[in-house]
Amino acid sequence: MSEHGVDADFEVDESRRRFLTGSMVVVGGVGVAMGAVPFMSSFQPSARARAVGAPVEVDISKVEPGQRIIETWRGKPVWVVRRTPEMLAALNETADLTDPDSEASKQPEYAANQVRSIKPEYLVLVGVCTHLGCSPTFVPKTAGAEAGLGNEWRGGFFCPCHGSRFDLAGRVAKGSPAPLNLEVPPYKYLSDTMILIGEDQGAAA
Amino acid sequence: MNAVVKGLTDLRDWIDERFPLSEFYHSQLTGYYAPKNFNFWYFFGVLSLLVFVIQILTGIWLVMNYKPDAAMAFGSVEYIMRDVEWGWLIRYMHSTGASAFFIVVYLHMFRGMLYGSYKKPRELLWLLGVVVYLALMGEAFMGYLLPWGQMSFWGAQVITSLFGAVPVIGPDLAEWIRGDYVISDITLNRFFSFHVIALPLLLCGLVGLHLVALRQTGSNNPDGIEIKKNKGPDGKPLDGIPFHPYYTVKDLVGVGVFLILFFAVVFFGPEMGGYFLEHNNFIPANPLVTPEHIAPVWYFTPYYSILRAVPPMFGSQFPGVIAMGLAVVLFFFLPWLDRSVVKSIRYRGVWYKSALAVFVVSFLILGFLGTQPVTDLYTLLARIFSVTYFLFFLAMPWYTSIDKTKPVPERVTH
Repeated sequence: MSEHGVDADFEVDESRRRFLTGSMVVVGGVGVAMGAVPFMSSFQPSARARAVGAPVEVDISKVEPGQRIIETWRGKPVWVVRRTPEMLAALNETADLTDPDSEASKQPEYAANQVRSIKPEYLVLVGVCTHLGCSPTFVPKTAGAEAGLGNEWRGGFFCPCHGSRFDLAGRVAKGSPAPLNLEVPPYKYLSDTMILIGEDQGAAA
Repeated sequence: MNAVVKGLTDLRDWIDERFPLSEFYHSQLTGYYAPKNFNFWYFFGVLSLLVFVIQILTGIWLVMNYKPDAAMAFGSVEYIMRDVEWGWLIRYMHSTGASAFFIVVYLHMFRGMLYGSYKKPRELLWLLGVVVYLALMGEAFMGYLLPWGQMSFWGAQVITSLFGAVPVIGPDLAEWIRGDYVISDITLNRFFSFHVIALPLLLCGLVGLHLVALRQTGSNNPDGIEIKKNKGPDGKPLDGIPFHPYYTVKDLVGVGVFLILFFAVVFFGPEMGGYFLEHNNFIPANPLVTPEHIAPVWYFTPYYSILRAVPPMFGSQFPGVIAMGLAVVLFFFLPWLDRSVVKSIRYRGVWYKSALAVFVVSFLILGFLGTQPVTDLYTLLARIFSVTYFLFFLAMPWYTSIDKTKPVPERVTH
């Protein structure tokens, strides 16, 4: 025994020490990683937030021709626009659109047509810009010049945040920062005057 | 009298045996030598610390009356403004403090660029500083949601949507950050938690590390000369003076002037014409209607301009998000992008001086453009100045190595 109380012959078993340190780091690391799971998962939408995503019924009988109404579904604005024949005729101009046939954009199959709706007269859209999530403004043809969109404006939606332009089928114009057309939510007609947003139309339609 | 002095001395000795009080006082204040030629630009470090203290103090008091609840948040801020005794002062100090924080931090960073303070041996000090800047941006962004006005809501909506632009995992990531399909009460609660607990704790730690790194290398100075290279026979730097009392007293003057300006804003123009407190934020958040014109608060607008300037590519706005992120991250690389043999602008050639001038102009113009609505002319300008902004960093290895520098004197000049 030395004067410090340590055995002079005492040898450190390096490989044993390395093994113990290494296995402790591995086991501890796995423990920390698993312990982090509940904390990280806790960031996801809660059961209550998910439940609020239930479908909503909308009465469309009171929407005037050319008017837009705003409803809420999953906390997002959903628009219903009653398009006039003149508005529908303007949709034939597709030269300046990024995705005129809505190939890359998001919509249910039954709305993957030129007017992007089940009945051409009623357009249903999620009013959230595909760029960075602002809600575009509804600008009819007649208000275009006043809104600074020029006399060429055919009527549609203008996003105040970054200047994206959409036509009256929610299709984005070339040169806009938004990459895709506005999303069409799943919806179905419960009757001629009532639609249900958030639930797909059955296979029969 | 002598009994009192003796009592205090005994108390100090009692503490020193148990805690390194006198040792700390000497090593960090009276025995810490700082270059004698600090100028105006050297106020902004201590002022950053001062604003941090103001924010923590006023923040503690605000939390006493604020309600982190989507239904009550807006009303509780108005309650603080109207009904709480002196609530308006505490709230305006906090909101003005946020802008003041960025003003002093931007000037502090500009000082570093003027005098090459990020160069060897202070790379780590600079890196820690940039991390503080990032944490501060997060802190400011999350704090801005809390009043639950229109700009709070839509600003947060835009920024969280940025994460949604990340390929593949984007939409899930944005939902994970928000905890809901859109910005909601859930988002408000978690941002509140981050704003009042997580990030202030992190900032305290980071500021501490920043100061530890500063004490290790010592301050740079307007001449960019290492004062530790010229020591007198007593081992003290010839061009240094003790931090206390010399710089503590000098800093107090700066603190006084700063507080006069700060409270002039708090008392006479806390909204600063809509730049410090945006007009649309006096309207409660409405998830269904985006305001006609939205812009972030002024301190984020240069980056916001860069985001808007990049057109979508491959059906995604991710390139714009990358450019914006890169605009901030490039600050980390300054110590290695700069190949100049001198630190201070005083001894640099015309190349770096011009480049720095172009950078400052680009930053300011991008900042202005970010507050304005989109027009064709402004988009073109934003693209031009985004390019010059990035060129300052990316062309730096080239222009700093061909730059004709002047000889650096042995000792500091003034």
